[in-house]
Amino acid sequence: MILKDIIERLNLKCLNEANLDAEIKGAYSSDLLSDVMGNARSGQVWITMQTHKNVTAIASLKDIPAVIIVRNGEPDADMLEHAKEEDICILVSTEPTFQVCGKLYELIK
Amino acid sequence: MHYSFDIERGNFTDAGHASASVKRTLKQLNVEPASIKRIVVALYEAEINAVAHAYGGKIDVEIDPEKIVMIVADEGPGIPNVDLAMTEGWSTASPKVREMGFGAGMGLPNIKKNTDELKIDTKIGVGTTLTMTVYLNA
Ligand SMILES: Nc1ncnc2c1ncn2[C@@H]1O[C@H](COP(=O)(O)OP(=O)(O)OP(=O)(O)O)[C@@H](O)[C@H]1O
Ligand SMILES: [Mg+2]
Repeated sequence: MILKDIIERLNLKCLNEANLDAEIKGAYSSDLLSDVMGNARSGQVWITMQTHKNVTAIASLKDIPAVIIVRNGEPDADMLEHAKEEDICILVSTEPTFQVCGKLYELIK
Repeated sequence: MHYSFDIERGNFTDAGHASASVKRTLKQLNVEPASIKRIVVALYEAEINAVAHAYGGKIDVEIDPEKIVMIVADEGPGIPNVDLAMTEGWSTASPKVREMGFGAGMGLPNIKKNTDELKIDTKIGVGTTLTMTVYLNA
């Protein structure tokens, strides 16, 4: 499924549009940055409640096309700025991690 | 080719800029993606450790056709027990650092996994130097 369709199906708010046509085959959910650094794979969507600039630094290094922030988290201004520079899609869900993961899993499993 | 970067004391916001710059260079040099992935994981973790656990420092990167050698040298407290520090899950990260999502105790194990050679020189009260080598086109 492409990112655009995931955004629609999960009813996500998009704060930085990028990679909308990217084919998404998987996701990784973690709030521990070194866990993501070590275990997430390129092309996956990252689901997290972290909202600072190290998130986009890691997403960019790992070729992660989109980050879903859970529970209405608000990205820091410099994170959003960095996302624009690095072309990373920043999405926000009103729901907590469990619900976001469950719904996304159903869509792309 | 040789590149140097400064790691600023306490500056989490810009941590990762050396890794990003090295990634761009390696892409331009057409280094294979699998090696680039390993290199950036190792360098980023070392960069963050120099900010999270020490008072900043310096990065030196030497790229030649066979290998990349990354030396991350910090001024800091040093590591009292390197074997313990290498253990997955071991961390002395401060509450502030943990709140940001660091402190899983996975950085050094990530570095070990993603490099071909890792040397840690550390002196209590002086600092820590990591020398990380990844062989290219291997
Ligand atoms: N440059 C350093 N100077 C001093 N101590 C360090 C340094 N790097 C690592 N350490 C020590 O080794 C421990 C383990 O480091 P490691 O990178 O594996 O985990 P972490 O930084 O605590 O957490 P994570 O990397 O998962 O965010 C640190 O908590 C710290 O005690
Ligand atoms: Mg670390």
